Amino acid sequence: MAAILSIRDLRKIYDGGFEALKGVSLDIEEGEILALLGPNGAGKTTLISTICGITTASSGSVSVGGFDNVTEFRAARSLIGLVPQEITLEPFAKVHDTVSFSRGLFGKPADPARIEEVLRKLSLWDKRDAKIMELSGGMKRRVLIAKALAHDPRILFLDEPTAGVDVELRKDMWEIVAELKASGVTIILTTHYIEEAEAIADRVGVITGGELLLVEKKEQLMARMGQKQLEVQLTAPVSEIPAALSQHNLQLVNGGDALLYTYDTRAERTGITTLLNDVAQAGLVLADVQTRESSLEDIFVGLVSQGAASDGAVSGDAA
Amino acid sequence: MNWTAVATIYRAEMARFWRTFMQSFISPVLSTSLYFVVFGSAIGSRIQEVDGVEYGAFIVPGLIMLSVITQSISNASFGIYFPKFIGNIYEILSAPINFLEVVAGFVGAAATKSLFIGVVILATASLFVDLSIQHPIAMVAFLVLTCLSFSLMGFIIGIWAGNFEQLQLVPLLVVTPLVFLGGSFYSISMLPPVWQAVTLFNPVVYLVSGFRWAFFGQADVPVLLSLCAIGGFTLACIGVIWWIFKTGWRIRA
Repeated sequence: MAAILSIRDLRKIYDGGFEALKGVSLDIEEGEILALLGPNGAGKTTLISTICGITTASSGSVSVGGFDNVTEFRAARSLIGLVPQEITLEPFAKVHDTVSFSRGLFGKPADPARIEEVLRKLSLWDKRDAKIMELSGGMKRRVLIAKALAHDPRILFLDEPTAGVDVELRKDMWEIVAELKASGVTIILTTHYIEEAEAIADRVGVITGGELLLVEKKEQLMARMGQKQLEVQLTAPVSEIPAALSQHNLQLVNGGDALLYTYDTRAERTGITTLLNDVAQAGLVLADVQTRESSLEDIFVGLVSQGAASDGAVSGDAA
Repeated sequence: MNWTAVATIYRAEMARFWRTFMQSFISPVLSTSLYFVVFGSAIGSRIQEVDGVEYGAFIVPGLIMLSVITQSISNASFGIYFPKFIGNIYEILSAPINFLEVVAGFVGAAATKSLFIGVVILATASLFVDLSIQHPIAMVAFLVLTCLSFSLMGFIIGIWAGNFEQLQLVPLLVVTPLVFLGGSFYSISMLPPVWQAVTLFNPVVYLVSGFRWAFFGQADVPVLLSLCAIGGFTLACIGVIWWIFKTGWRIRA
């Protein structure tokens, strides 16, 4: 499918000299959900702000639906809806008014039927005449989404839509995102919750320190980086790994009570049968076995700490 | 031009005005009435005519200017500072609109509000004193240009301000003294010669003088000079705002 959003070597250096984006390139396909995963301060919000025109890029380019976001900003921005991370709403405004305002601001003629549709979809219709300050936190987030959808964007940015939101509301938000995807909207969301990316994204991008470490299909990422571990618990502890088992990739854990075997789920042979045979031949008696699959979280932590380690090495050399 | 967006911003800003309509209406009526009670009746009756105009009537143009200038600045600065303070300015920055459209919406609304207040004061004043307007078209032109230019200035202050104190700082420390010393309540010919020269550096003198000429046909400085001063001030403000949006100063990180 064609890329609806194309980012090329985007850099952002703030006035203070802080480099928030270090040359990010990324293509986003129409209709997909991309989760940008990264710790706080990774550059997620800066990336979104730069695409949407809230922050000016230091260099690089962004093309939205084929339109440059600086030279053809009107066409480019018309395609984008943005849901910010913080709840930024005028407390005295009424729900219906503020959502209509957003539509008008994007130059779309008033369309009460469309506004009603958006409000109904987000379960806000009953609250249309309520003032923002009368709403719960969850409702306010829905209003932010309604405002972003009011001008019928083709791309929706959700900047940490579920940060500080309770579990039930988070599930609600995921459902809303799924419905939006079904209606053909391309969605880019940032999050630092791995389970969120795992639950709703088609592709996952990992960003840290202003760099995009990788972007991959969620399943591929998990399969490629996914390791499985088999823990073999023994009836009697051993002080060291028996020589007969030295060919296997084993670790002694739990003070010698168990052997930990790490293997690749994608390999043709996992080596489990051989291992278990060899364990029996070495005279060890099994008490129990269990397997563990690494989650996106483990992958993520691994990637980020790798990045931090290599950064450290570089600055160490420089010193 | 994205006129729908301009109209949307304008309407939203005016909605705030209508929500507090009674305050917006009563407060200038009350303060003008007080000025007339004090300066018109109590003190004014002891002051001789200025340039052949009864003192009560003489101060009307200055009084209107005083309110219109302070109202324009406070309306426009608050209008743009508020979304900055709340954070919903993100929406304006990410919308497909350029700086002219943003300014037209915000400044247009702020200028409309102060124009409304100017008219209310004029109407209230006419209840107390006999007013004749010798050059009505020039009077309207001066009034509209003043509303516009000081709303532009207010817009700049609103973008510059980092907190509510700064929002009040310029109006309080710069604008109020300039307006009071700008001949709102006296003719500069009443000042000693040295101060007459000094006062010519005060831009408000040109506004009040021109505006007063539109009423009574007498001016402290040539009318054309007044017109040039206010025209130049308007252009300077537009220039500054253009630069602000071009560089993103204080609005785009």
